[in-house]
Amino acid sequence: MSDVSVYLDNNATTAVAPECVATMLRCLQEHYGNPSSKHRTGEAAKRETLDGRARVAALLGATPPEIVFTSGGTEGNHQAILGALAIAPGRRHIVTSRVEHPATLALLRHLEAQGLRVTYLPVDGQGRLDLDDLKASLTDDTALVSLMWANNETGVLFPIAEASAMAAARGILFHTDAVQAVGKLPIDLREVPVDFLSLSGHKLHAPKGVGALFVRKGRKLPPLLFGHQERGRRGSTENVPGIAALGVAAELAATALADSEIRIARLRDRLESELLARIPGAAVNGRGAERVGSTTSLGLGELEAEPVLDKLDRAGIRASAGAACTASGTEPSHVLLAMGLSPEAALGTIRFSLSRYTTAAEIERVVQVLPEIVRTCVAEAA
Amino acid sequence: MIYLDHNATTPLDERVLEAMLPYLGAFYGNASGLYRLGRLSRSAVDTAREQVAALVGARPAEVTFTSGGTEANNLALKGLAFSQLPGLIVSGATEHPSVMGPLRLLSTCGWRVETLPVDRDGRPDAAFLDDVLGGAPRFATLMLANNETGVIHDVASVGEKIRERGGFFHVDAVQAAGKIPVDFKASGAHTLGLSAHKIYGPKGVGALIVDRAVPIEPLLHGGGQEQGLRGGTENVAGIVGFGKAAELALAELDERSSRLMALRARLEAGLSKLPGLTIFAERAERLPNTVQFGLSGYAGETLVMSLDRKGFAVSSGSACASGGGEPSPVLTAMGVGEEAAQSAIRVSLGKDNTETDVERFLEALRALVL
Repeated sequence: MSDVSVYLDNNATTAVAPECVATMLRCLQEHYGNPSSKHRTGEAAKRETLDGRARVAALLGATPPEIVFTSGGTEGNHQAILGALAIAPGRRHIVTSRVEHPATLALLRHLEAQGLRVTYLPVDGQGRLDLDDLKASLTDDTALVSLMWANNETGVLFPIAEASAMAAARGILFHTDAVQAVGKLPIDLREVPVDFLSLSGHKLHAPKGVGALFVRKGRKLPPLLFGHQERGRRGSTENVPGIAALGVAAELAATALADSEIRIARLRDRLESELLARIPGAAVNGRGAERVGSTTSLGLGELEAEPVLDKLDRAGIRASAGAACTASGTEPSHVLLAMGLSPEAALGTIRFSLSRYTTAAEIERVVQVLPEIVRTCVAEAA
Repeated sequence: MIYLDHNATTPLDERVLEAMLPYLGAFYGNASGLYRLGRLSRSAVDTAREQVAALVGARPAEVTFTSGGTEANNLALKGLAFSQLPGLIVSGATEHPSVMGPLRLLSTCGWRVETLPVDRDGRPDAAFLDDVLGGAPRFATLMLANNETGVIHDVASVGEKIRERGGFFHVDAVQAAGKIPVDFKASGAHTLGLSAHKIYGPKGVGALIVDRAVPIEPLLHGGGQEQGLRGGTENVAGIVGFGKAAELALAELDERSSRLMALRARLEAGLSKLPGLTIFAERAERLPNTVQFGLSGYAGETLVMSLDRKGFAVSSGSACASGGGEPSPVLTAMGVGEEAAQSAIRVSLGKDNTETDVERFLEALRALVL
C-alpha cells in the first residue's frame, strides 16, 4: 500500500531522499566491502566513507577529520557528554537546559545519581534561554555546557554562537545537540566555537541508524565503542551505506538550504496564521522566539491532542503530540511545562513539522481539515 | 573479483535487500510514531525481533537491537560491569577487539581480568579455567567462534561452570551465527552478541540477546526504546534486513554449512600440496567456511595484495585489527611464532562461492608461490 498522506512529522523522522536510496543501493550491492580490508572490495567501501565524511564536513564548515560517524543522535550526545567528563578530570558539573531531548535528560539524570552536579537552565514563556542565566551558572567545576541548537518540539533556537563563546572564554567545553538544526539553518563551525556537535541522519532525509559527531580539532574525545575505526574514536565496522547516504543528504541539504529554508518557513507561517484564524483559542507555542522555519507547536486550549491526532491520522495527516520519543501519550511535554504551560495545555498541543518535500497543497489540506476536526472534538468533549 | 573474505563482511543477500527497500521508501515512519506509518515500522521491527530470536533459540523479548556487533559486545561487558561492584572477569585469549577494548577500560577502573590461555589449536585451557573460577569471577566472556582461525569454543561447558559459581557469562557469537547452530539457552550465556553484516545482512545493525533477569546498565540512555536497554530511534530498514538475513540463515543453515565444508575440504586439499604451508588450528573444530594458513617465507600482507591484483579478496587476519604491521594477537596467543604469524592468510568462504572460485584461487596462489 502506498498510503498517500500528508506527512508533517519530519522532526520525528524524514522520508529518505531518493538520491540517498540510490547511494545506499550502490553500497549495499556493489561496494559491500569492509573499509578496513586491504583489498579492492574494501578500498571501494573505504572511498564511500571518505566521500561521506567530506560532504558532512562541508555542510558544517568543518574539516573531514573532525567528523566521527555514529549510529545516530543519541549515540553522539552520549559520546560528547561522557567524553567531555573524561577529558575534564576533576570537574563534576554540567550545565544544560530544561528542554533538552529526553535521551539527553535521561543520561544526565543517570549521571546525577552517580554524584555529578547538573544545572538545568530555565526558559522563558517563549522557550528562550537567558544568556545571563548561563553566565551565572558557570563555575570552575563546570566540565561541559550542553545545549540543543533547535528544540524538537517548538523549533525554538538557542543562541549557540554566543553561548559557546561564553563557555570558551571560561575554558569550558561546549556541546550542542544540533539534531533538529542541521540542514534547516546555515551552520558554519568556523564561526561558532562549539567543541562538539551531534547530528542525526534520519532527521535530514538520510536513513535511520547513522549520525555524526563533530569533534573540534585538538579535542581528544574518548570513544564509547572501542576499535581502530574512525581514528580510534568509534570502533565498529562502518555502516558504509548509511555513511555514504548521510553524505549525500548533507550535500542535498547544503544545496537546497538557501531556497528551502525560506520556502518552508513561508508554508509554516501560512499554516500558523490560517489555523490561528480558524480555530478559536488556538495559540502557537514559542511564536515570539526565533525558531527553525519548519516547526509549529500548536496549542488547542484545553482540548486533548490525542483524539485530534487520531482523526488527523484517519484523514491522512501525520502529526504528533510533542516528541515521538516520549509518545506514550499521557505525560505532558517537559518542554511545554518548562515554558510555563499548564499540564492540560501541554497535553492539548500538536506539533506539525515540515520538510523541503512539503507542498503548499498539503498545507492547504491541513488548513481545510483541522478546524473541522477540532470542532468535532470540542463537541464530543462537551 | 572473487570475494573470499566473508568473515570481514558479506555481500547483501538480494532477498534481504528486497525486504529492506519498503522501509527505505514509503514506510519511513518512526517506530515510536502513534499514527499508521509509525505502527507499520513498529510491527516490522517486531517481526525482525522474532526472526533474530529464532536464529539463536531465544525469546523475542530477549533481543535488543544495536548498531552492530561492537556495540553489542560493549553493551554486554560494560553493562554487566557497571551494574555491580568491580571484581574478577575471565576472558578468552583470542577475543575480538570489540571485547578486548572494553576489558582494557574496565581494567583501569578497578576490575581484574584473567585471560584463559589457549593451546596451539586455539582451544581454551580447561584446567586453567577451574583455577580462576576459584576467584569467584563476576562474569566471563568467550567468543563462540574465532574470526581469524574459525576455531569453535566449547562455550557451554564454560557457561555451566561460571553459572555454578554465580557469575554471568557473555558469548560473542558474531562469527558463529549463521555458520553453525547457535542456541542461547544451551550456550549457558546470559548475553550473546550478534552482527547482521556477517550473515548477508546490512552493516550498521546487530543485536545483544539478553536474559532479562540479568542487570545490564545501558550504554545509550533515554527514549525508552528496546525496553529501556538501548535508546535511539530504531534503524527500521537495518533491523528488517537483519531479521530477513536471520530467517534465511536459519532456513538454509544445513545446506550452507555442508556446501561450505565440501568447498573448504577441496581448498585445504589443494593447499596441503603447497610446500611450507601450515593450516592454523587444523586439529580444532572450526567454522565450516574458514581456513587460516601460513606460508613459510612469505609475508601475508604482500600475498594479500598480490592476490588482490589477480582478482581475489582475502585477508591477512582480522579486518577489525587492520592498520598495524603487528602479527595477529590471535596467532600469537596460540604460540605461533612471529614469522609464521606474519605469513598468515585467511580465506573465509561464503554461501555463493563455487568450486570454480576455489580452483581459481588455488591456481593463483600456486602461481605466486611455486
